[in-house]
Amino acid sequence: MSYEEKGTWVYLVTSAGAYAVYLVIIIGRMLSTPVGQVPYVAVLLWATGASIVASIVGRTLVETARPTESRRTDVRDREIYRFGEYASRWFIVAGAGAALFMAMARWDYFWIANVIYLGFVLWAVVGSAVKLVAYRRGLQLRHG
Amino acid sequence: MAKPTRITNSIRALRFASGEMTQADLAQRIGVTRQTIIAIEQGRYSPSLEIAFQIAQVFRVPLDAVFQYPGDGDGKR
Repeated sequence: MSYEEKGTWVYLVTSAGAYAVYLVIIIGRMLSTPVGQVPYVAVLLWATGASIVASIVGRTLVETARPTESRRTDVRDREIYRFGEYASRWFIVAGAGAALFMAMARWDYFWIANVIYLGFVLWAVVGSAVKLVAYRRGLQLRHG
Repeated sequence: MAKPTRITNSIRALRFASGEMTQADLAQRIGVTRQTIIAIEQGRYSPSLEIAFQIAQVFRVPLDAVFQYPGDGDGKR
């Protein structure tokens, strides 16, 4: 497994894991607090920060446990990265579009922030999954 | 998502014919990772034309001795 493929696995796990923890905490609070008053900002910021730190630490730990023969990134890694980003970009667009309409309809900030966060998480998770499938099953780009 | 390529290659045979060159050696000579050579050999990745020519140059053979496309010469496109 290449260095970039390992990094993609770590990014997938940490992104999904951080969001799962965030959901558990927020849903727990929603059971006892009206949605408009649920304190979510600090949890969201912590989840985002923890995801970034866990990704960096996780990658270091994985490399320590199972070192990759080369940390060089080559043309295939770059093509797979671009393919994954291209395939998952719609989640960012959908999240931003949904947030726009929710803001115009005067939805609560809680829902607007969460739909944007969900868009980012889906972008990260789906993008990583697409990249991993490309690493495992192959990448055949169609030119033209 | 990933449609299998119709391009086949003879890299494995050419490596063995070139003094049992390892995948790592070939990867180093053309500037890619060993995983990319494995993916090309197994038909999971179609390299760029530039890398294809670099591989052919390493083995000192024409490009079509390394990569083949079914339908050549039988009228298929």
